[in-house]
Amino acid sequence: MSTLTTPPAAPGAGVSLLSRSLPRWAPAATLAGSAAVVAAVLVAVGAFGLAQWTVLSVLLFAVTITAASASVEGGRRAKDRLVTTLVYVCFGLAMIPLVSVLWTTVQNGVLRLDPYFLQTSMRNVLARDDAGGAYHAIMGTLIVTGWATVISVPVGLMTAIYLVEYGRGRLAQAITFFVDVMTGIPSIVAGLFIAALWLQLFGAGNFMGFAGSCALSVLMIPVVVRSSEEMLKLVPNELREASYALGVPKWRTIVKVVLPTSIAGVTTGVMIAIARIIGETAPLLVTAGFTDSINFNAFDSRMITLPVYVYRQISQGGQIPFERAWAAALTLIVIVMALNLLARLVSRIFAPRTGR
Amino acid sequence: MAKRIDVSGLNVYYGAFRAVEDVSMTIEPRSVTAFIGPSGCGKSTYLRALNRMHEVIPGTRVEGKVLLDDQDIYAANVDPVAVRGQIGMVFQRPNPFPTMSIYDNVIAGVRLNGRRMPKAELDALVERALRGANLWNEVKDRLNRPGAGLSGGQQQRLCIARAIAVRPDVLLMDEPCSALDPISTLAIEDLIAELKTEYTIVIVTHNMQQAARVSETTAFFNLSAPGKGGMLVEMGDTNKIFTNPDKKDTENYITGRFG
Repeated sequence: MSTLTTPPAAPGAGVSLLSRSLPRWAPAATLAGSAAVVAAVLVAVGAFGLAQWTVLSVLLFAVTITAASASVEGGRRAKDRLVTTLVYVCFGLAMIPLVSVLWTTVQNGVLRLDPYFLQTSMRNVLARDDAGGAYHAIMGTLIVTGWATVISVPVGLMTAIYLVEYGRGRLAQAITFFVDVMTGIPSIVAGLFIAALWLQLFGAGNFMGFAGSCALSVLMIPVVVRSSEEMLKLVPNELREASYALGVPKWRTIVKVVLPTSIAGVTTGVMIAIARIIGETAPLLVTAGFTDSINFNAFDSRMITLPVYVYRQISQGGQIPFERAWAAALTLIVIVMALNLLARLVSRIFAPRTGR
Repeated sequence: MAKRIDVSGLNVYYGAFRAVEDVSMTIEPRSVTAFIGPSGCGKSTYLRALNRMHEVIPGTRVEGKVLLDDQDIYAANVDPVAVRGQIGMVFQRPNPFPTMSIYDNVIAGVRLNGRRMPKAELDALVERALRGANLWNEVKDRLNRPGAGLSGGQQQRLCIARAIAVRPDVLLMDEPCSALDPISTLAIEDLIAELKTEYTIVIVTHNMQQAARVSETTAFFNLSAPGKGGMLVEMGDTNKIFTNPDKKDTENYITGRFG
């Protein structure tokens, strides 16, 4: 092998920098060849199936390309080919559940996702009627998540500012520790905590959308703190010093230099936190409850959100509730996606300008 | 505008470590004073103590007096923010605000402090500061472009413009040319020569030719002992320090025979 890869150096001449390599089309050709060979063998044995064909083709490809590379290009390139194959396979594996979930949701969701579904509530609709929609749940999702964001962003952002700009010693350590603990709280515990609080404050049976928002903000605050903290830490100290050196007080430095510089990252963090809580079900069941009617008032009576709506429909059984559940799930995914696009737009607008 | 700085018995501590030991000196107005010395001898720490910038780092502490004309900047009830408004600073690495345009960078001292000013006055301020920093002709057609898009030397001059736009009495410069090429360095040195007619300038530099070129007075700092903080070895007329210093250490350092 070494005689192949290392051209003999003539005495006195320098070592050649050239080495032999496989042609550019080699991987594609090998993959096609492997697929063809495995297909032929499987058909001959009479055990052809998509799963075994894919797995065996990839295995054969990995072995062939590595062996070919080892014989022509040498050990280092062969390892590179093997690891490249491995990385692509892992990427493919990670994509399977993602694509599968999206595909299933779209496939089942489009059956019922129409303007009627988006504009109608479930009031006076029986579970198996060929009618009804998720308008009340969409509004509920937006209102409950909106209030949760209104509570969580100021609290979370200011906590992060305290930790990065002011916090020293034990108090800061304690806050960091409890934020970490809060990140790991099971969502139903957050729901029960708020449900118990509401029971103490307002007595039994007082479901309302705002209670759900409070439960969600228990889950959201630590995420906002964590992500904003990381983003604020990324702001170079030189910028703070430049501001102080101009005779600018610390709070103005934070508000006018630190926050604008990190706003893109902070926005992204907030959007991730929203995406994390918008799909919560359990804490809302025990705080906001569920309803079939439209309710715009977060501070009075029950309110339903899309995940709870999905849960309700599925638990009622039958084909039409099943379709409604998928349509609501698809709506939720679309809302999250729209929020993500919005976040990207916001970060692009606010991002520090460096162009010449 | 320019003011005299009188320092007596200044010690600067990082926690328990005394980084600057008992420095006393007088810095004359309308002149350039250069601080030279090996790395880690406390020049920058001392410079930052002159406008209370070192307080930004937690655990620092100062003993002694720094008089700006007649006011002690370390007296009780003195607001460090007000001190920094009078004593501006330019840093080693150019640090224009990345979110701001060239124009906004120059008026950052006004804007960030929340002061309101008519547009015409702001325009005049920007032009005067940029002319003062020898940058006006290069950027006058693109004042609304981001400050971070300028070259390193231009960014540093932008930072100087930003510092003089708040009309300080004293300008502290912490190795302002160490990240720049020789041409930009020359531009900044010319600028320093012009600025000293109006300001008191203190410059820390590792480049002894630079100290010799730009300053009237030179102060040589050195470690008081290995592992200890820095102290002022000798201070005097630049010509004298570079040709006929009183102390052996100074001579060794400026002739490159340090050890």
